[in-house]
Amino acid sequence: MSDLTRLSAAALAERLRSGEVSSVEATRAHLDRIAAVDGAVHAFLHVSDEDALATAADIDARRAAGEELHLLAGVPIAVKDVVVTKGVPTTAGSRILEGWLPPYDATLVGRIKAAGLPILGKTNMDEFAMGSSTEHSAYGNTHNPWDLTRIPGGSGGGSAAAVAAYEAPLAIGTDTGGSIRQPAAVTGSVGVKPTYGSVSRYGLIALASSLDQAGPVTRTVLDSALLHELIGGHDPLDSTSIAEPLPDLVGAARLGANRDLSGVRVGVITELQGEGYQPGVLARFHESLELLQRAGAQVVEVSCPHFTYALAAYYLILPAEASSNLAKFDGMRFGLRVEPSEGPVTAERVMGATRGQGFGDEVKRRIILGTYALSAGYYDAYYGSAQKVRTLIQRDFAAAFEQADVLVSPTAPTTAFKLGEKLDDPLAMYLNDVATIPANLAGVPGLSLPSGLSDDGLPAGFQVLAPAKADDRLYRVGAALEALLEDEWGGPLLAQAPELEVAR
Amino acid sequence: MSRATVDLVDYDEAVARFDPVIGIEVHVELGTRTKMFDGAPAGFGEEPNTSVTPVSLGLPGSLPVVNGTAVEYAIRIGLALNCSIAQTCRFARKNYFYPDVPKNFQTSQYDEPIAYDGYVDVELEDGTVFRVEVERAHMEEDAGKNTHVGGATGRIHGAEYSLVDYNRAGIPLVEIVTRPITGAGARAPEVARAYVQTLRDLFRALEVSEARMERGNVRADVNVSLRATPTSPLGTRTETKNVNSFRSVDRAVRYEVSRQAAVLDAGGSIVQETRHWHEDTGSTTSGRVKSDAEDYRYFPEPDLVPIAPDRAWVEQIRAALPELPAARRRRLQGEWGYADAEMRDVVNAGAIELIEATVAAGAAPAAARKWWMGELARTAKEREIELADLPITPAQIGALQGLVDSGRLNDKLARQVLEGVLAGEGDPDTVVAARGLEIVSDDGPLLAAIDEALAAQPDVADKIRSGNLGPVGAVIGAVMKATRGQADAARVRELVLERVGA
Repeated sequence: MSDLTRLSAAALAERLRSGEVSSVEATRAHLDRIAAVDGAVHAFLHVSDEDALATAADIDARRAAGEELHLLAGVPIAVKDVVVTKGVPTTAGSRILEGWLPPYDATLVGRIKAAGLPILGKTNMDEFAMGSSTEHSAYGNTHNPWDLTRIPGGSGGGSAAAVAAYEAPLAIGTDTGGSIRQPAAVTGSVGVKPTYGSVSRYGLIALASSLDQAGPVTRTVLDSALLHELIGGHDPLDSTSIAEPLPDLVGAARLGANRDLSGVRVGVITELQGEGYQPGVLARFHESLELLQRAGAQVVEVSCPHFTYALAAYYLILPAEASSNLAKFDGMRFGLRVEPSEGPVTAERVMGATRGQGFGDEVKRRIILGTYALSAGYYDAYYGSAQKVRTLIQRDFAAAFEQADVLVSPTAPTTAFKLGEKLDDPLAMYLNDVATIPANLAGVPGLSLPSGLSDDGLPAGFQVLAPAKADDRLYRVGAALEALLEDEWGGPLLAQAPELEVAR
Repeated sequence: MSRATVDLVDYDEAVARFDPVIGIEVHVELGTRTKMFDGAPAGFGEEPNTSVTPVSLGLPGSLPVVNGTAVEYAIRIGLALNCSIAQTCRFARKNYFYPDVPKNFQTSQYDEPIAYDGYVDVELEDGTVFRVEVERAHMEEDAGKNTHVGGATGRIHGAEYSLVDYNRAGIPLVEIVTRPITGAGARAPEVARAYVQTLRDLFRALEVSEARMERGNVRADVNVSLRATPTSPLGTRTETKNVNSFRSVDRAVRYEVSRQAAVLDAGGSIVQETRHWHEDTGSTTSGRVKSDAEDYRYFPEPDLVPIAPDRAWVEQIRAALPELPAARRRRLQGEWGYADAEMRDVVNAGAIELIEATVAAGAAPAAARKWWMGELARTAKEREIELADLPITPAQIGALQGLVDSGRLNDKLARQVLEGVLAGEGDPDTVVAARGLEIVSDDGPLLAAIDEALAAQPDVADKIRSGNLGPVGAVIGAVMKATRGQADAARVRELVLERVGA
């Protein structure tokens, strides 16, 4: 295996800048790695060899010509398939979008292209980002690089697995209830859900508009900060985008790497530990807390009593918004079109046949739930009540952030489970996101980084949450903990992952 | 297309026994440069599906952004309708599947309209002023346009296939909803028509829309119900969709009153439903039944932040409102000194702008009215066209009247000049010159004609000389005849008296 694929994005960028390595070499190394291991991992739905190499060659030429380039120019990246890419297949993991070639780029893709990062391809995901295991993809499972018989998390299992399997140093994920953070946790990688409105949603195929947020998936905290700064910031095409500059995220990550957290108050959320959490996950969590304390942080316990209702509220708000967002997939304008096999071919019947065949079971389940929750006579009891719970959760956060600068919890209650294990039990599947969902409901940012290996030898995640628009705190605390943990481990956790068998 | 015969009760009979209640929803397409939620041009008549972006096509990943000008126009409309403007309001999604709605939901406003609780005073043809209460005015986006191909009627039924043009999808609309309009009695159709006409005039005055009915810039849905007496509870209503001319609004109300009366007379009950309007037959037919099955699952649009119009901005818009049609009519009537009936005729003839421009061109208001409401109104009627469509301009009328005022033309000549102008012979001056119509101001030819007339009737001169001025008129008549009307009668009179030495 080429060493180039083992480098962090920051380290690779440094070598590109110094001219030690060309972007074409780095891109080819990652494409080779994809060819070698993706048969087993299946992180990618589409690989854009030619486009990626063309971008790389262009960047090399511009660098050679002395052009001032973006810090990450020439560093390859993978993009979750829910993000619209002009002329490149974009399916959101669904049959209903099979063969669709978008005529435009998402804002964040535009920024990636403008900065000159070769896009390696599109990563696998649960259909329309509905799931916690990537098993709901219409195009087959992604496998966890730590154990190919296990799930890589979801919905962004493809992006997390790609990064963890060294197929890409950087990836884009989206997080509606944990789809960046939970896969990061179970694959030993780093993922950040920015503050709602920090990264433009223009060009993200919407799951739940009020919860969706795109963010970085990487192997280091600094790399996430670099990527977040690249894709974030105000976008006039997204009405919910925050019209202020981002805080200094990279600076915060570099500051954190000094391992000094003097004066930082860390709040441990009472409601996000204990019952339902795997003992090994909790053990790693508490060891991390000790490290933070040793670095000067003041650890306090905070209660967020309404988090107990977060999952229930989430599974009303998300399906309600999704039922409306997914209405446009009807076979009339783009994507799959199925005509009824018998009887008249009316618009209504084509819509029915297309949606019947194009959507998977989980998508149908949530559309039905959401349609019901928004129905006349039920709206107040379901959607209305859920929005009230959401307000209470926001108040819990506000109160907690009076007592602490950041809040922490295990990212997910367990390590990666076996493929198929929870496929027939939606409620068990939904419980994976119990610790990540509150941040989406409140719009606050969250980061997950590896806290070590649980008793089963699989990675566990540590979640840091910060107040809205204070994403820099995630990076400072995250980078500090990362450095302290790596001191203990003698290197990154991913170095302990088993070598994948390389296809020839 | 065969339609089952429908029983109708004579309108006058129907309103003698039932009290009609109406309600009107008017949609107006705003004349903004771009669409409600994206940067696609909001034009008219482009090639199908060219005025579109990923947003107006509802492509995956696309997001709406509110058009600030559309919000300003909506506030203008709200203020002109005496509405309160919301401190904060939201858009909502109205969910329903139909191919002309690209996202399969319409972004509209539901329980938080931008403007609410207003009224508009509507003047009927006889001058009666009727106040219509406005419940709300809200913003929304238009749908695309379906064309059904292959069927006999152009309707979806029987069509082989349908085409959708999304150029119209996303054009900003404001929908104005009245409260139930009661108390109009037999005049309900007239009130409905006058209300829609008043709104159309308002949209134009506010410069928020070209408001062209024939292009569908303004569309009305007409609700009608009947009740036994003005104190009875409201009856079940029907909603007749897309009644798109003033005349049709009147006819649709009239038809529904007659039809519903027949149903009720036969012991039936009215079904709450939407109905289609048929311009050709002047009738309505049943559309879809409104029931619980129609559930739009409204919820606040999460892709858009709430709109909170700054109060100072709203006041700025209020201060900048142009003079509204009713106020303008009152002002002009005062300036022109017209009697109420005269002004009403002018308004009903659509002559306000024409008279205003004619006055601006120098004519006295009375003279301007005389021309437009007299000779020209007759001509327009003969030709079956609108006054404004006559091939003559207010400036030309102003010039013509100027010739009369300066004594160069008398009334009779002026009418001949008018004929010439209408016949395309050019401006009044040109016609006067070409036709040689100017009054004869040289005394020579007049004296010759006078002498000739006096010679023909020798006793006349003696009569006049003896103080009997009666026959002077006859002499003047003879002179006018001899000069083909181009003489100034007053001057002729002077000369006659001079000649006979009276």
